[in-house]
Amino acid sequence: MVTLYINNLRVSVEEGTTILEAARFLGFPIPTLCYMDGLSPYGACRLCVVEIGEGPKARLVSSCTYPVEEGLRVRTASSKVVKARKLILELLLASCPQSKTLQDLASAHQVRQVRFRQEHEDCILCGLCVRMCEEQMMAKAIGFHGRGEKRGINTPFDKKSETCRLCGGCIYVCPACSLRCTYTEPDKAICGGCANLAPPCVEKDQFDDMMCYMEPCVACEIKKD
Amino acid sequence: MATDGDTALTKKGGSDMGELISTLEEIQAKYSYLPEEVLREVARKTGRSLVDIYGVATFYRAFSLEPRGKHLISVCLGTACHVRGGAAIAQEIQQQLGIKAGETTEDKEFTLETVNCLGACALGPVIVVDGHYFPGVKTSMVSDIIERARTGLDKIEIETDQRVFPLEVSCARCNHSLMDPRHVIDGHPPVRVTVSFGTKHGWLMLSSLYGSQEVSSEYEIPPDTIVHMFCPHCHAELIGGARCGECDAPMVPMIVRGGGVVQICSRRGCKGHMLDLGGVTLD
Repeated sequence: MVTLYINNLRVSVEEGTTILEAARFLGFPIPTLCYMDGLSPYGACRLCVVEIGEGPKARLVSSCTYPVEEGLRVRTASSKVVKARKLILELLLASCPQSKTLQDLASAHQVRQVRFRQEHEDCILCGLCVRMCEEQMMAKAIGFHGRGEKRGINTPFDKKSETCRLCGGCIYVCPACSLRCTYTEPDKAICGGCANLAPPCVEKDQFDDMMCYMEPCVACEIKKD
Repeated sequence: MATDGDTALTKKGGSDMGELISTLEEIQAKYSYLPEEVLREVARKTGRSLVDIYGVATFYRAFSLEPRGKHLISVCLGTACHVRGGAAIAQEIQQQLGIKAGETTEDKEFTLETVNCLGACALGPVIVVDGHYFPGVKTSMVSDIIERARTGLDKIEIETDQRVFPLEVSCARCNHSLMDPRHVIDGHPPVRVTVSFGTKHGWLMLSSLYGSQEVSSEYEIPPDTIVHMFCPHCHAELIGGARCGECDAPMVPMIVRGGGVVQICSRRGCKGHMLDLGGVTLD
């Protein structure tokens, strides 16, 4: 067992657990985006930052990848952490302003404006889909390619993959694909269904209403009736 | 595409990433790019997933998934070269070849790429054509460089490079000359020794030009083979205690007429050699 202090509370957890797991177990909320139970932690989104150490040695680390240490002092919601989290959300939102997941997270953390140029990317490179495909679906059909600003996620050679079973797991976990539903007219932001769904590795036509992985919003439900 | 003969595919197949990179390097050296079918073959033979291979192949600038030209021109656009007009050089080459950076001419002769730094900032603006560095390039020199690349840069260098000179060597044991006046390699009588590797035993003629890698032999010597060389007169093995600085194979010493020793690496294809003229060492 390892003894550490989370928000000044002395706790003992098993060796090998991460700060995130320990904090969540004890009921301290830490927001996450690229973390998912059942998938290996990746530390890409940095949303789960916490402050460790004290005084001049205090620093921010991603709690989902940081294993607990003896005597470690962790603060999950210090002003430094909150400020960093808001900035990270602002940056993520600037690259994917359409993402409902990001919008909800930003709203929950009082991010009221985005000061950066909006990019309208369709991917934040969180790697959830890649890990889902490899670790849960045992397929390894998609992966990262390129580097720097050319980095992206796709099937090899941008071709339909032989190993892909069209399970849709990648779309299910994607925080960027889950766009706020706008049906066929993006300017009229009223939900109409899943017409905007464009998974990266398959043709759009193959997904009809039945295969939609987006959760319908209330407006959509009303309109359908 | 015939991939069965690829040594890169048959001899390797471990699980760590370093081996994957060297496999890809060998494929790139063979085809000058990474063909899709060959990468799929690598995935099949090594059991590694295609996603990982594709990820590595697209990560490194040194790998190309598109066919490349016979000659590769790299224009440095690092800070030092940039302020000295590297961008103008790149522009001039693009215009003359009619391609953009990263593209290949239609006749598959030239591929142009820009690089961020070649580590030769004092020579800027610098371009590299097929491994040959051209320092202080001006836009007026571009057409000449392209023309020289077309005819083959290695050829021209041998004729004009004054560092290449013929040596006369003899056996360290019996002091008989090893020169063979009946033949000519690189315009000079070659060094003739007896060579043995595996079960083969025959003659080997080496260019006497110091720095030239031209050889001719009775039996084809496969690359990377370490051979034993013998004096054709006293039949003693030409061997000293030294090891090659490049590949650690034993070095073969020969006495240079006029004093000194020249040592060449006994591994076929290795360019390790050194010349010791009584205190003065040339590499």
